Amino acid sequence: MNMLTDPELAADAAPLNRRAGPALLRVEHLSREFGGVLAIGDLSFTVAAGDIHSIIGPNGAGKTTLFNLVTGVYKPSGGRVLFDGADVSGQAPYRLAARGMSRTFQNLQIFFNMTALENVMVGRHLHLDTRLLPALFRFPSLKRRDSEARDRAAELMGAVGLSKYLDADAASMPYGALKRLEIARALAAEPKLLLLDEPAAGLNATESREIDEVIKTVAADGVTIVLVEHDMKMVMGISHRITALNHGRKLAEGTPAEVAANPEVVAAYLGAAP
Amino acid sequence: MQNILHGRLTGLLAMGAIIAVLPAFLPNNFYLDVAILAGFNAVVCVGLNLLIGYAGQISLGHAGFFGIGAYASGVLAGTYGWPPVLALLAGAVFVGLLAFVVAKPILRLKGHYLAMATLGIGIIVSIVLRTESGLTGGPDGMTVEPFRIFGVELYGERVWYWVVGALLFAVVWLSLNLIDSPMGRALRAVHGSEVAAEVVGVDTARFKVLVFVLSAVFASVAGSLFAHYAGLITPAKADFFKSIELVTMVVFGGMASTFGAVVGAVVLTLLPQLLTMFQDYQQIVLGAILMATMVFMPKGLLPTLAALIPARRRA
Ligand SMILES: Nc1ncnc2c1ncn2[C@@H]1O[C@H](COP(=O)(O)OP(=O)(O)O)[C@@H](O)[C@H]1O
Ligand SMILES: [Mg+2]
Repeated sequence: MNMLTDPELAADAAPLNRRAGPALLRVEHLSREFGGVLAIGDLSFTVAAGDIHSIIGPNGAGKTTLFNLVTGVYKPSGGRVLFDGADVSGQAPYRLAARGMSRTFQNLQIFFNMTALENVMVGRHLHLDTRLLPALFRFPSLKRRDSEARDRAAELMGAVGLSKYLDADAASMPYGALKRLEIARALAAEPKLLLLDEPAAGLNATESREIDEVIKTVAADGVTIVLVEHDMKMVMGISHRITALNHGRKLAEGTPAEVAANPEVVAAYLGAAP
Repeated sequence: MQNILHGRLTGLLAMGAIIAVLPAFLPNNFYLDVAILAGFNAVVCVGLNLLIGYAGQISLGHAGFFGIGAYASGVLAGTYGWPPVLALLAGAVFVGLLAFVVAKPILRLKGHYLAMATLGIGIIVSIVLRTESGLTGGPDGMTVEPFRIFGVELYGERVWYWVVGALLFAVVWLSLNLIDSPMGRALRAVHGSEVAAEVVGVDTARFKVLVFVLSAVFASVAGSLFAHYAGLITPAKADFFKSIELVTMVVFGGMASTFGAVVGAVVLTLLPQLLTMFQDYQQIVLGAILMATMVFMPKGLLPTLAALIPARRRA
């Protein structure tokens, strides 16, 4: 048996060239079934603060389900999610957002009834005055912070290369721009943990490289990232650690080199796309 | 489209100017009366549009809230001799609480439960108004005391025109403020994608409840003042068809457009006056307008017209 298939051993054996931070996210024996079928089964892993931690696996492996469990969109059938030292299993997404989680969606979830800038401004929700009376009577304090939020949102749109879409209706934007808009919106929340579900899917090579750069910049700012991505060049290039899933279970875990060399991973996933 | 309709001040000033000069063109009290009714409907529709057009929820019972406000004023100010302002506030608080109690459990669920629940409220309210004849006068309705404040009695179409005009102006201003605020964006986000709103920290259930309560309170206040203006109220003002009429005004005028809601209310208040021969078929005509709007101009009248005008500073 290949020792890399045993996650505990693999973690110990990993030749760490940088010291891993304390655990920011820990998933323990997590499972979720849909109509008797396990989408995630007895999954445990830890994301260290400051890491770019990728989750790979073939379609249907359970990556998106994992994101939905971690961010509270789905409730687990079993197991726990610990975030920033607290057991947050089963908490509503908006509460987890307040604790510092933010994410993007594989299938776009854009506010098509707003402009691009407004989409990003919604991302600032937790940092703004969202009470009714100040809104109804347009208190000066609310106005001031709102215009700061507008500037910040515009800045973030610039950072993901969307400056020319500031006033565009989201509904009028092309797919690649919308993918980046989701990232800007998630960043607007100023998360500690950012989960990106296939941010480069459907993008051309140039756009993919831009996303690659954005992710690196965000990570360099101290945001911990969990990345689901099929673009292996990107994953191998930017990840500190990789967890490979298959059929909802952990197949392997380690540094990019370790995971790439794992025969089971190669058989289950990489082999299909050499 | 955004630019024209979001010229907040421009729109508000234009509406204020129209309200200000309109009486000069209205030859007699009959026309003033129609304008006042349109104003009351517009106030309710601006509130309802926050719920339907912006937050993407539905209510088939807003006439019920209007009716509760109207009868609260009729009963408390008349039968019990309360000062009308207190009666109006009591009605608004009661409606707010009722809306809260109904919406709280329902809005946590997904789907069309709210439509069913609000339909239920509307029906219950109109049944209670019809059967509790000791208090409400039953199906024939009840007379309502004139509105008095600081010893002044509001009397006559002229005076009421300005009262309703000022109320509409205020409600539109509040609505425009709300929409262009963090809370307003949260409401629109709920409409756009609930899950995306949640993951950036929007407590979607809370905002849905809030906007439902707010729109119900707008309806209640309009109902209270209407009761004093009309001097007579009947359960028909609170029934299902009235609720559908209000929804039609919002959808026709333009969902997610505050001025659209005003235009919808005005046009559909005028229409039956112009087409008196359709009196017997009013509900059918209303249904046809609702369907035609959904099919031919799903964005509603004002946004559709606005889109025809070339946008000037589009990015
Ligand atoms: N809401 C759902 N209802 C039923 N089955 C689901 C649901 N979400 C995911 N699944 C199932 O769970 C499995 C994992 O799906 P998913 O997490 O989307 O995989 P991945 O993102 O790795 O491609 C699939 O078999 C999928 O059909
Ligand atoms: Mg997926």
